[in-house]
Amino acid sequence: MSHFLDRLMYFTRPKESFSNGHGVMTIEDRKWEDSYRHRWQHDKVVRSTHGVNCTGGCSWKIFVKNGLVAFEMQQTDYPRTREDLPNHEPRGCQRGASFSWYLYSPHRIKYPLIRGRLLDLYRAERSSGKDPVDAWAAIQADENKRQKYVAVRGLGGFVRATWEEVTEITAAANIHTIKKWGPDRIYGFSPIPAMSMISYAAGSRYLSLIGGACGSFYDWYCDLPAASPQTWGEQTDVPESADWYNSTYIIIAGANLPMTRTPDAHFAFEVRYKGAKVVSMAPDYAEYVKAADLWMPVRQGTDAAAFLAMGHVALKEFYINSQDPYFQEYARTYTDLPMQVMLRSHENGTFVSDRLLRASDFDGALGETNNPDWKTIVFDEMSKAFVAPNGSIGFRWGEDGKWNLLPKNAADQSDIQAELTCVGHQDEVVSVGFPHFNHDEPDLLFRNVPVRKVTLANGETALVASVFDLQIAQYGIDRGLGGGNVAKDYSDASVAYTPAWAAKVTGVKAADIERTGREFAYNASKTKGKSMVIMGAAINHWYHNDLAYRSIMNLLHMCGCVGQSGGGWAHYVGQEKLRPQAGWAPIAFALDWQRPPRHMNSTSYWYFHTDQWRYETLDADTLLTPAGKAKNKGYSLADYNVAASRMGWLPTAPHWNANPLELVAEAEKAGATDEASISKHIVGKLQDGSLDVAFADVDNPVNWPRNLFVWRANLIGTSAKGHEYFLKHLLGAQNGVLQEGGSGRANKEVKWHEDAPIGKLDLMVDINFRLNSTGAYSDIILPTATWYEKNDLNTTDMHPFIHPLAEAVSPGWESKSDWQIFKSIAKTFSPLAEKHLGTRKDVVALPMQHDSPMELAQPFGQVVDWKRDGVAPIPGKTMPILKVVERNFGDTYKKYIALGPLMIKLGNNIKGVDWNTEAEYEELKKCNYTVKEPGVSFGMPSLEEDISVCDSVMRMAPETNGEVAHKAWSAMSKKTGIDHHHLYAGRHEDKITFRDIQAQPRKIITAPTWSGIESETVSYTAGYTNIHEHIPFRTLTGRAHFYQDHEWMLDFGEGFCTYKPMVDLGELKGLPAAVLNKPHLSLNWITPHSKWGIHSSYQDNLRMLTLFRGGPYVWVAEDDAKTIGLEDNDWVEAVNHNGATVARVIVSQRIPRGMAMMYHAQEKNINVPGSPSTGKRGGILNSVTRVLVKPTNMIGGYAQLAYSFNYYGTVGCQRDTMVALHKIADKDVDWLERPLTPAREAQRNPNGIGPK
Amino acid sequence: MKVRAQFAFVFNLDKCIGCHTCSVTCKNVWTNRKGVEYAWFNNVESKPGIGYPKNWADQNQWKGGWELKGGKLELKSGDRKSKLLNIFANPDMPEIDDYYEPFTYNYAHLQNAPLLEATPTARPQSQITGETMEKIHWGPNWEDDLAGEYSKRSKDVDMDGIQKEMYSQFENTFHMYLPRICNHCLNPACVAACPSGSIYKREEDGIVLVDQDKCRGWRMCISSCPYKKVFYNWESGKAEKCIGCYPRVESGMPTVCSESCVGRIRYNGIMLYDADKIETLASTQNEQDLYEAQCNIFLDPNDPKVIEAARAEGINEDWIIAAQKSPIYKMAIDWKIAFPMHPEFRTLPMVWYVPPLSPVQSQIDQGNLPVGPDGAIPLAGTMRTPIQYLANLLTAGKTAPVESALNRLIAMRSYQRSVHVEGIADTRALDAAGITEDQAKEMYR
Repeated sequence: MSHFLDRLMYFTRPKESFSNGHGVMTIEDRKWEDSYRHRWQHDKVVRSTHGVNCTGGCSWKIFVKNGLVAFEMQQTDYPRTREDLPNHEPRGCQRGASFSWYLYSPHRIKYPLIRGRLLDLYRAERSSGKDPVDAWAAIQADENKRQKYVAVRGLGGFVRATWEEVTEITAAANIHTIKKWGPDRIYGFSPIPAMSMISYAAGSRYLSLIGGACGSFYDWYCDLPAASPQTWGEQTDVPESADWYNSTYIIIAGANLPMTRTPDAHFAFEVRYKGAKVVSMAPDYAEYVKAADLWMPVRQGTDAAAFLAMGHVALKEFYINSQDPYFQEYARTYTDLPMQVMLRSHENGTFVSDRLLRASDFDGALGETNNPDWKTIVFDEMSKAFVAPNGSIGFRWGEDGKWNLLPKNAADQSDIQAELTCVGHQDEVVSVGFPHFNHDEPDLLFRNVPVRKVTLANGETALVASVFDLQIAQYGIDRGLGGGNVAKDYSDASVAYTPAWAAKVTGVKAADIERTGREFAYNASKTKGKSMVIMGAAINHWYHNDLAYRSIMNLLHMCGCVGQSGGGWAHYVGQEKLRPQAGWAPIAFALDWQRPPRHMNSTSYWYFHTDQWRYETLDADTLLTPAGKAKNKGYSLADYNVAASRMGWLPTAPHWNANPLELVAEAEKAGATDEASISKHIVGKLQDGSLDVAFADVDNPVNWPRNLFVWRANLIGTSAKGHEYFLKHLLGAQNGVLQEGGSGRANKEVKWHEDAPIGKLDLMVDINFRLNSTGAYSDIILPTATWYEKNDLNTTDMHPFIHPLAEAVSPGWESKSDWQIFKSIAKTFSPLAEKHLGTRKDVVALPMQHDSPMELAQPFGQVVDWKRDGVAPIPGKTMPILKVVERNFGDTYKKYIALGPLMIKLGNNIKGVDWNTEAEYEELKKCNYTVKEPGVSFGMPSLEEDISVCDSVMRMAPETNGEVAHKAWSAMSKKTGIDHHHLYAGRHEDKITFRDIQAQPRKIITAPTWSGIESETVSYTAGYTNIHEHIPFRTLTGRAHFYQDHEWMLDFGEGFCTYKPMVDLGELKGLPAAVLNKPHLSLNWITPHSKWGIHSSYQDNLRMLTLFRGGPYVWVAEDDAKTIGLEDNDWVEAVNHNGATVARVIVSQRIPRGMAMMYHAQEKNINVPGSPSTGKRGGILNSVTRVLVKPTNMIGGYAQLAYSFNYYGTVGCQRDTMVALHKIADKDVDWLERPLTPAREAQRNPNGIGPK
Repeated sequence: MKVRAQFAFVFNLDKCIGCHTCSVTCKNVWTNRKGVEYAWFNNVESKPGIGYPKNWADQNQWKGGWELKGGKLELKSGDRKSKLLNIFANPDMPEIDDYYEPFTYNYAHLQNAPLLEATPTARPQSQITGETMEKIHWGPNWEDDLAGEYSKRSKDVDMDGIQKEMYSQFENTFHMYLPRICNHCLNPACVAACPSGSIYKREEDGIVLVDQDKCRGWRMCISSCPYKKVFYNWESGKAEKCIGCYPRVESGMPTVCSESCVGRIRYNGIMLYDADKIETLASTQNEQDLYEAQCNIFLDPNDPKVIEAARAEGINEDWIIAAQKSPIYKMAIDWKIAFPMHPEFRTLPMVWYVPPLSPVQSQIDQGNLPVGPDGAIPLAGTMRTPIQYLANLLTAGKTAPVESALNRLIAMRSYQRSVHVEGIADTRALDAAGITEDQAKEMYR
């Protein structure tokens, strides 16, 4: 607004000059300044956050103006944690700050959308008078009709529909599937509950009630570090980021803190001012290198070699040349280093390491009557005898009070001192072969090891060595015991694991490795463990990621760092810390109504159902070591997985080549009356071959997945490793697979069909607020509320607070929260299901579960495959346990909206501790009010509204209810025989509610769910209660494991951590001539997280696109680019036999040669032209990958190597990939925007590629 | 003596994580509207790089800031007369492509597309013309994390006098971030250049504003600002720039960019200075003396004479106390670890920077890494970012002050390391860097 008249009046006002007349001061009207003040003004500020799997868990202020979200800024009101730490705020990053753009952008899904052709088909069937389920069945029965909409998936053609119509179609499809194929043909995929717990629980609750399978995510994303369950029996537990500030030496490897831990990075930058040294290991000059004192440009994928060499230095200088007292005490108490290993005779008088010695190996089992097969042995220096110490897994189940890490002989509770080495007291020195895998080096390295002789219960004499003595030998350290393959000094490059050897492998200077190893250990010795390694996806996404991680864990354990504030591993990949898990799980998986739910490991699921196994180029035999028993020689990776599922190690979905409802009906018809007799019937069928696991014939239509729900996720555009195989086989869409399958033909356990299935899914439903690749390929898209439009809960590893997502404005257009969406599906489903299904009995096949007595199913880690070894299949012992679940399908909605009665009848539990939850149930009746609708849930606590669900979760969890913490810790104290009540005592009365966290984030309460504590004096760190409370790790020995003694681990040479190079998948064989005939680069395909997105979220956000290059890009080394005439911003195609992706190239000096780096989850929905090689739209980052499964990750039924959802199982690695990269001239760019023709519709594969 | 108060900033580049949250929150609040899509009051640059707009720091090209002509301070873009002659044809004006052509995407196509031969993709569209853009060629942060050929990025004027070839090698890579806002200069060239007198420096806090009522869109400010931090709003036809978040600052809040700074690198504070010295100090003959000259314009807020003079100028008591507690004063004057950017532009900028530490050159570490008494932290002289580069950015090329600042940061770390690892307070490194134990403790805090 002009103030022209005011201004005229000021003309006469005096002016004043200063600085010799250089400056002039005038007096003028400044009312115009109000215009910017008005811009800042707003009506209200609401606390919310972003439900995106970023680990940030940042609390935000959402500014609302005129009923619309105007902008957001970070909250700055976190409670202080500790006086000597920098505070947490402002937590939040550039991505979160740009979220409000989505709410009102043209990208927003405003109404339910459906594939037009499907809607036409459905309406036609309905108008012919069929009821919804019959209408759906009619479409599915006619392959022409089915293909009409399947074939055009991903090609546009959406139309707007009503909520009534889309929920009806969805419910009808579910009911038809349950009836015809079985409920386990319905799959749900949604990741990382911690980011928006209630939204996750919505879908999983609905699916669990109807018998669908919920797919895992953490392992599928390859964010699960398999090494963590292997070493600690723990899915993942890590220090909060503030604990970095307690460290004085930090190595950062594969975790780009400024980019991926943006709100936390300041702790790592600031601790330098406290004197911490920071060393970065990154193949490129990554962002975090900036904050380091030293950059070690380690060749990608070789980190294990560097860390093993650092371990070599630490062991030699702090265990052999001198004995650091702190390290010695730590090693003997908290690690398996003193445990005794039996040696197995190999060739020519040599030996290899075998299983751990057990109490049952001794005469009289050393007095142990409960689980003596599960009690491991140390040599006690005080009594000079072998004893079974407290704490191994045998003490966890079936007895109380000895499951602890106190240094005691379990037999009489006398004090012991576990011996690390017998050197000097050995009976003999023998030559032991250690598996080795580096190219051009021997496959067994023989090294001398001191051993003792033991007389076994059967009278035989065995040679045993401590894990420590074997480990020293395996690191190649010379102890003067003679023999080869040990190094006198660090410069001996011929001995594996010296710094000089590692320099050859990693490209890092030997002096840097040596110095860092020494400094790391010295620092830990001085500070009692305040040396830390921050690590992440960049090293965890390799096929042999578990070995890379174990190489780090070894270094940390030998330096006494794990469990110490400021020390230990700090692994950050995925927001897996669902803090109030115990309160959440009953709601999420409907455990309040029926148990168990169906859980499935997604990696194996997609490996099979997208037919990636048909293209397997990794020969499992090449992974075996001559030190193993090799009983499975000739097995393919898929064969191993089939065996694992038969043996009850890994779950299955579907379970078998039959409808589980029909199986029970058939059993009952045959006279079965209870669970035992139903089981017997099914076992009989498995034995006679009339029934088999679905994966054994996965391409048979009987075994196809039929319905898929994706919510809070972008399965197709982000995490679908082998994206093009998803398109080809699962979805039946236009795809870019550039090879024919065939290698699966030789499988022993999986039936081969010459022509592969195309389009297995009948229906895919996406729930979303934007149209990403998952939506693009779905049949139905439901509009969901954004993160500023719903009430939900959020927690993270990175800080100790729980805080909400909240409805700052009501859901836009026709969107609803996920809880309300699934509620409405359940509501439509129930009356239709009542009519078509009624009440049926279902049978769930449950693999041997970790943290339950079932983890003692298969003693000694010796594999018994009932199908091959001629023994009986015994549920819960040699095959999955079978549980019968009654489903009243018509009550699905009523169950969905109420907290069910099993919370009173069966109580609650987490990680093997149980407690009664009746009081909380009664409180929730008052807190939430009760269901008024007559029927099965009348009078029960209501879960109708999102906030009620939030409050129910918090009321039932020890982390948010002090009374529940009290009950849980009481149960834990009984198990360990140690009083742990002091850990939560100050917070016994606290009960956190949604209203509380709406006001301010709240600190959670210490719970036995986690291995760290919440305290005013110690930052949260993993393993704290294991070290300071003597609660055992949930492993075989109860200690942290250097050694893995399962038969399959030994077969694959992974008993001890070893270095394995990247696997060769041969992706560049058979490239199109058009690529081969022109200049191209062969590059390793590296897909780290992005600076401009969290997975695919934000990558399509205008702010983020503007701030960098406006669409997909791939980084290439400047020197590589020059060799083929590439210039910055040229269009390029990356191609291999899996498919092709198109992007613009970034040429940069910071990238090493030999690597192409495409930030994770850039999709084809923004600015991607056609691919010249496939003739289809250029792909996504995963168009050139194919998922691999690793047999050692399939092990089950064996202590820490037992299945649990998102805890153990195959992981979806994708780093070991090569691509050819070549330039596309601007003039050759084809945007592929022509209308669909019948010919094009028929040509779903690239030219020349057939149906295999 | 004419005491004035200035709302000033220090950005600690050593802590900057390059996340651009500052840029996004600033944009959302202030420039999320038509006409200024391309304008980023706050931006972050990756260095070495030419920045946004392209080559903004090269005043041979843009003629921004001041120069000495015959010992007299004049706008580099010419005196008032020559400016009037050029008022309709300003040759030093950056064009849209020097910033970038702002774009959006055809998002609606993703939902509305009929059946097509391939999966729909949303293509870029110009926010100026509405036309589809075949290819995006530039953006406000095109060079992020060293993106682009070295030959292009090393046109960065701060690379002058540095062995460019050596730093092009992968092994010798160095990288830093440079967040930039309006410097709210004490001697602002934009104010002097405005033909309509619409730009002013607020007396109470020194924030420089373009009066949106008076601005006539001549755009002389745009060419005269050597930092290219005044932008032309093509919708309103007026110049706009960073407003120092005065609506927030007036209410006792920090600026949006400071509050949202995730690396916590931004310090806000009050500085008292002598406005009568502006011309003399800005006219300091030798460019390399301008940094020290600017230090001399600041007044000691604890000096009773200064306090008295400030009161006489009507500066209120809160502001005097704020000046006494100012972190800016400590970093710039007491510890001498912060510097003005490009003092040779002679505008006396009031956003100062702490230079960044960087990793050692790895090849130095062949078993004899030069370290201080702590035995672990490498010395400043071994770092991979050339000190000359930092000096070109911060002290018109004079290396000694920058090196001293880096040594002080290292010494503080070394001292702290001795306390936290060895359990003894070893002050040898502090002595060598010329700071006291108390100063080191305060710097650490």
